[in-house]
Amino acid sequence: MKELSSRLALRSILVSYLFILVIMPISAVYLKGFSLGWDPFWKEITGIIAWKAIILTLKLSILTTFIQAFLGTFIAFVLVRYKFWGRRWLNSLIDLPFSLPTAVSGLMLLTLLGPTSPFGKWLESFGISLLYNESAIVIGMIFITLPFVIRTVQPMIEQLDPFEEQASFILGAGKAFTFFKITLPAVFPGIIAGSMLTFSRSLAEFGAISLISGNLPGKTQVASVYIYGEIENYNTQGAAAVSVVLITFSLVVLLLANFLQKWKGRTI
Amino acid sequence: MRRLFISMTILILFLILFLPFLSIVLGAFDQGADAFLVALQRPESLHALKVSFIIVMIVVVINTIIGILLSIEMIRGTWISRWLRPLINVLVDLPFAVSPIIGGLMIILLFGPNTVMGMFFENAGIKIVFALPGMVLATIFVTFPLVIREIVPILEELGMTYEEASASLGAGPLRTFFLVTWPSIRWAIYNGIILTIARSVGEFGAVLVVSGNILNQTQTATTLVYQDSVDFNMIAAYSVALLLGLFSITVLLILDWLKKRKEDQLNAH
Repeated sequence: MKELSSRLALRSILVSYLFILVIMPISAVYLKGFSLGWDPFWKEITGIIAWKAIILTLKLSILTTFIQAFLGTFIAFVLVRYKFWGRRWLNSLIDLPFSLPTAVSGLMLLTLLGPTSPFGKWLESFGISLLYNESAIVIGMIFITLPFVIRTVQPMIEQLDPFEEQASFILGAGKAFTFFKITLPAVFPGIIAGSMLTFSRSLAEFGAISLISGNLPGKTQVASVYIYGEIENYNTQGAAAVSVVLITFSLVVLLLANFLQKWKGRTI
Repeated sequence: MRRLFISMTILILFLILFLPFLSIVLGAFDQGADAFLVALQRPESLHALKVSFIIVMIVVVINTIIGILLSIEMIRGTWISRWLRPLINVLVDLPFAVSPIIGGLMIILLFGPNTVMGMFFENAGIKIVFALPGMVLATIFVTFPLVIREIVPILEELGMTYEEASASLGAGPLRTFFLVTWPSIRWAIYNGIILTIARSVGEFGAVLVVSGNILNQTQTATTLVYQDSVDFNMIAAYSVALLLGLFSITVLLILDWLKKRKEDQLNAH
């Protein structure tokens, strides 16, 4: 009897912990965003600066996702299929953007792309500036999300059945044909799942981007920086309204990724 | 072809990862090792590092204990009905989907000075927003899934056979946990703890919003780096950033070692 009641107590503690830590905070944002009704919410997010920040974030996140889908798949293949000196070392380095504080990542990119560094000077001599503009934001997003696609595609390539590719070769298919018809379709669910994580992380990123984007309202200000500005200006309702848009987007993407992973598990 | 692909990969990773890291190493030692050490020993640096350390300690302890208990209940708890399980799964992942800035906003909306709960704690003499409790809460929210996501797959794979055998042989739940469950999930927990440490040291957005970034009070190592870079106090920013960067590399090395150990263990069986 005593054991039963202690179990019950533990369960209620865990459930209330989950409630207080996750459910309540998220509902608080939605409630605050809609606290004055639909019209003020709509007015907040369609305000010219907020709207431009949301559109800019979505646009650059989609661009980053596409770049990362190609880049990540390519790097994953090279790291799994080719044995070369330093491979193991490179492979562990991939996770660096995860373990690095985002403020430090931002400072690194700020320094590297800035006019005082040799690299920045070299770029400047070609008239290229990669700081305080949209390309800076994309560079920041790519740095932060580098591991996602690589880390989801890598295990799928490792688990690939080598006989399928061999069969394709034996039947006379070329390397490229085999890759696009046999290998790529097999790892495609991994690419999609990794890309969705990339997209959701790009939408959310603040630390790295706020240092290198220049944060020009309406031009290079992303949504998370806009939210931060509104909090600082005590406009929590406006901050919450834009947050609702961001959370809803990431939530849908996260659910899709979850669903895809389940669906992938069922087919294997 | 092969050679081209390998050199392209190395070049891309060199440009994306290595070059940025190199730039802060060079920046930190730009005016000699002395300037680097002096910048590191400023009172605000030391205080910020101390605040970060306190937050990490509290967060790791809470997240590990709750993480272990919650993962076990998520997998083994027969009291959770079938429709609820996927929902809890999504709930656990939610902090991954939320921008750190929004994570901070949530704490302000719940515990801010004008809210019901904020006033309740204020009357009790506890300040949450712009103080340590709020920063700990924000960090817990952001790092919440890490330990759970490491343990859950291991527990699922393990199945209940060993635990049932232990229970049927007369061991109590505590004995079963420490002698049967713990040894098999131990390494996953270590992995989760390392990830939690790395993430809580590095947490920036949520902490920036909640802490108010008050010098020598609520400033953490990462918000100090941010503040110094915004103020163009570059040597100071680089020195703390380099320390954090070296810490991240250590974390990577430990994770790599843990992974290798796990593989060796699998091969040994």
